[in-house]
Amino acid sequence: MAKPKVAFFDFAGCEGDQLQVANLEEELLTLLGQVEVVAFREVMKEQSDNYDIAFIEGSCTRLQDEERLKQIRKKAKLVVAIGSCATIGGINSLRNDKDLDDVRKTVYGEDARLFDSYAARPIDAVIPVDAYVHGCPITKDEFLSVVKSLLLGKKPDIPTYPVCVECKKNENVCAFERGQYCVGPVTRAGCNSCCVNEGTICWGCRGLVDNPNENSEKEVLIKYGLTVDDAINKFKLYFGWQERKR
Amino acid sequence: MKERNLDINVHHVTRVEGHGTIYVNVRKGIIEKCEWNISEAPRFFEAMVVGRNWRELHHITSRICGICSIGHTLASLRATEAAMGITISEQDLKLRKLALHAENMQSHVLHLGFLVLPDLLGVGSVIPVASSNPEEVKTVLRVHRLANEMSNLLCGRTTHPQRLIPGGFSKIPSMKELAELRERLQASVPDLLKVAELFKSLASKLPDFTRETEFIGLTKPDEYALYDGNLGSTDTGTAPVTEYLSFTNEYIVPWSTAKRAKHTRDSYMVGALARFNLNYDKLSPLAKKTAELFGLKPVCHNPFMNNIAQLVETVHSVEDSIRLINELEAAGLQPQPDYNNPPIKVKAGRGIGAVEVPRGILFHDYTYNEKGVCTKANCIIPTNQNHGNIELDMKALLPKILDKKEKEIELSLEMLVRAYDPCISCSTHCVKVNFV
Repeated sequence: MAKPKVAFFDFAGCEGDQLQVANLEEELLTLLGQVEVVAFREVMKEQSDNYDIAFIEGSCTRLQDEERLKQIRKKAKLVVAIGSCATIGGINSLRNDKDLDDVRKTVYGEDARLFDSYAARPIDAVIPVDAYVHGCPITKDEFLSVVKSLLLGKKPDIPTYPVCVECKKNENVCAFERGQYCVGPVTRAGCNSCCVNEGTICWGCRGLVDNPNENSEKEVLIKYGLTVDDAINKFKLYFGWQERKR
Repeated sequence: MKERNLDINVHHVTRVEGHGTIYVNVRKGIIEKCEWNISEAPRFFEAMVVGRNWRELHHITSRICGICSIGHTLASLRATEAAMGITISEQDLKLRKLALHAENMQSHVLHLGFLVLPDLLGVGSVIPVASSNPEEVKTVLRVHRLANEMSNLLCGRTTHPQRLIPGGFSKIPSMKELAELRERLQASVPDLLKVAELFKSLASKLPDFTRETEFIGLTKPDEYALYDGNLGSTDTGTAPVTEYLSFTNEYIVPWSTAKRAKHTRDSYMVGALARFNLNYDKLSPLAKKTAELFGLKPVCHNPFMNNIAQLVETVHSVEDSIRLINELEAAGLQPQPDYNNPPIKVKAGRGIGAVEVPRGILFHDYTYNEKGVCTKANCIIPTNQNHGNIELDMKALLPKILDKKEKEIELSLEMLVRAYDPCISCSTHCVKVNFV
């Protein structure tokens, strides 16, 4: 059987997710035994338009991006969104509730008209997406596990419970008990509560879990001392696009 | 030659981080156009952080770049800390310097091994190199993995660090872990020398091209400045970091989404070669030896030698990390509470953080109100400072190689861009060559 051809594409993002793939190191060489990489601009010169699986990093932020995404969708059998910018709009959607003309002027001043842009959005706001690798950045393990599932023709197993479940299992001291504010209760698990394990909080990079109780989470944030505005702001860091959609 | 017509359009130059294009039009031997154009989608970070809380700024601005996320985090923390008058302990300072070394090593090795080596061997990517030179590729991978594991140990992970927070660290490694890291760093020296030998054997493939320019970077009297220092210029000497805007003088060109910068000349260069040129005396002994191997001396005006300066810096980072761990051990590593969250008195103010990241000097400049909410931000990224210099180098290089085959011209221009190790999502993305 011919090896499936895979291609990597990037839109507005930091390329940190493709870097996780490059960082697979020896495992990357193993993976290369199973698939043929035909486009990966960050590491190779050759490019081909003939591919089976397209991995897409970054958000769609311009009308001109939509055309490119539709071309990719036409050519690929499977489209996989990798990283928060692609799966949920990510940090990019922070600018969405601001006046975009002001945003452009803040950065580019009087020359702002030269730089076309609209509300940042995840890939599935433009084209259908078959699988997701969440996180900012993605983890190598989850990337490999999703790729394995796809190669075996299975649906990748993505948790439908919140980060708190993993965090409790890891016996972390709850951020709220430490006087900090966390969105772990409404964020999709699968990261093994990695940020709390490292001594901080859950910022929400994997997006809202299916059926989150957002109102209750906001009440908790306020009960522990945040103002209503701060609580809303806390949700905007990563959930901006998802909340707008709901 | 006189009749030469050439249209080069290297759309989205590969093996660089981001989207850029080289356009070249030559008509009857006359260069009509030679442009370096950035087409990356702008992301507007400076607007995104306005209205956000001081505790989030480093988390948000880390996402400017996946490859230099440790550097962005550190520049961001230093800006916030400067704005609020926060100081960190001597121990945390050393641990942060280690984190920065880890990123510089990781980034330099990735660039040299994955992005530059294929050009020197005449192939399109590292994939065929893995078959043709398996031992060399494995050596590069070993050093790269060590750098990544070092980032993990200091920062929690390699990309978008978790442990780096305002006032210090949420979690720090144990002395045992640091001692193990030191052993592995020591053991990596032979690998690095092997990589140096490999590049030495291929160094003749780096074009012998010079164009005088200005080099800008951090500089310090007592160390090879990376984490902090004064601004330094090979043209004008040193100045405090607070004067950075008089160095960068950003401007916009309509054909590119990335801003550019200029100081005393039409352009300047930042990055490994700039640091090497400014701070050669403070390099570690083995790093100096590595430079000697290539005959590299300050001030070097060949941008292609930036690759070699990166190699020299990688060696320096390994040696200097060993020194830092020795010092931490001698002072006795002080433990800190779990989930450490240093108490900070929020106040209004403006702060500037300047840090040397793999591609050059990086500035974050924030203003906070009395609630610690960001009201204004400015980030000046190394690659943006280099764009103007890249284009002027292209314009100087092109007439010298105009008699070569189109493919060779294209490759030389791509190699030139790649030598700067541009990181365009930072700036916005980069490279496309258009010959007419």
